[in-house]
Amino acid sequence: MTCNEAEILLHALLDGELDAGHAHQVEAHVENCPRCAPQLRAYRELQQAMPVAQLHFTAPASLRQRIEKTLPAPRRVSNRRSVLKGFVMGTALSTAMAAGLVIAVFRTDQDQRLLGEVTSAHVRSLQANHLTDVQTSDQHTVKPWFNGKVDIAPPVVDLTAKGFTLLGGRLDYIDGQAVASIVYRRRTHVINLFVTQGGSSESHEARLQTMQGYNIRRWTAQGLQFFAVSDINGEELQEFVDKFEAAFQPASGT
Amino acid sequence: MLDRPQRQGLALPWKAGDDMMAANGGDAHQDKARRFRDAALPHLDDVYTLARYLLRDTADAEDAVQECYLRALRYFDTFRGTEVKPWLFAILRNICRGEFARRSRVTLAMDDTTDDAEDAAPLWQEEQASPETEMLHQRDAETIRRLVADLPNPFREAIVLREINDLSYREIADVVGVPVGTVMSRLARARSMLRKAWIAEEGPPT
Repeated sequence: MTCNEAEILLHALLDGELDAGHAHQVEAHVENCPRCAPQLRAYRELQQAMPVAQLHFTAPASLRQRIEKTLPAPRRVSNRRSVLKGFVMGTALSTAMAAGLVIAVFRTDQDQRLLGEVTSAHVRSLQANHLTDVQTSDQHTVKPWFNGKVDIAPPVVDLTAKGFTLLGGRLDYIDGQAVASIVYRRRTHVINLFVTQGGSSESHEARLQTMQGYNIRRWTAQGLQFFAVSDINGEELQEFVDKFEAAFQPASGT
Repeated sequence: MLDRPQRQGLALPWKAGDDMMAANGGDAHQDKARRFRDAALPHLDDVYTLARYLLRDTADAEDAVQECYLRALRYFDTFRGTEVKPWLFAILRNICRGEFARRSRVTLAMDDTTDDAEDAAPLWQEEQASPETEMLHQRDAETIRRLVADLPNPFREAIVLREINDLSYREIADVVGVPVGTVMSRLARARSMLRKAWIAEEGPPT
């Protein structure tokens, strides 16, 4: 690798945009290069010195109001409400139909509540300075740590080489039960991967949902239920899910 | 470079070719507005932040953001991606480049610095007073905002999208409409300029 290449690529390295192979090449060049080493140091310093949070602007309230006014007013009558109305009015037929719908609606509510709890657990983990109970990037330390603390053996795979750094593990509570959380980092973003006992043994593909601005991908595999929660964009979160699954599947086969 | 024709409409990867799904009746319309509200309004501060850095004027930024949300609502049916934020940024950027660039007072703000002039200077000047040992003094956010805002486009845009709005290279490339390699070199140049300006900043550190 030449200095001219490294001089550009070291920015991609700082931004966490390189795969492990290229990252290694750039690091190897920079380490032994009197011209590139100070550059990497200098730009890392710059990146860290940027008070990013304070460089944001907040939209004035008047602008927000102006924009909201241009949107048609939302109708606040929920579907559930109208279903219940049907219930009260009820002939036998509409009662039967409405009952089916109510169950479907309540089920959706149940899902929403679960997602809400997962999101809250993610937010709590970021707020309370309690991201990890066991802090190590060694998957063979994290996995046994969960023994006896949760009633599952969560799969812990190290995805550092794939761009997702394993930070450690944490015990959390969701829906009244202890769950394992495996914590990863992508650039400056934290990904909490919650693992609980799954309801069904069939595998479901990951679906993207969002709650309070966080992206959540939820899937089941091998009797376990997974929730990956983060503020990274949906595509990168899917990339995380894919890489996790790819690393998890062969291991479970042995 | 300056005479490059403005792109007409939204030449975005997310935009579908034809206008399908015309709102059929009030319910669909309401539903669309509600989905749009949930998807787009949470990004208002981010869109406004980008507008402030691109236009460097509070009133212009507000107008551009309002226009951005109007257009986004209109085109929301054709949005096929998963990430709303870069999509809004691309719309905002087109607005800033289009209508606002025609107004004389912001023309300079949106003009692209010719890449040639910038490329003439090496990224890293070793003869400078040992830049590797020169420490960056802590500066208050106001100063850094100004230093970022003073960077010439397209470098300002690149660093704002990466550092402040936290987009990936791929997303920046889609928003700006250039290859990822160009994003990378612009970012390298932007950081080089920002660091020089930061070090050159006079006055006692905060």
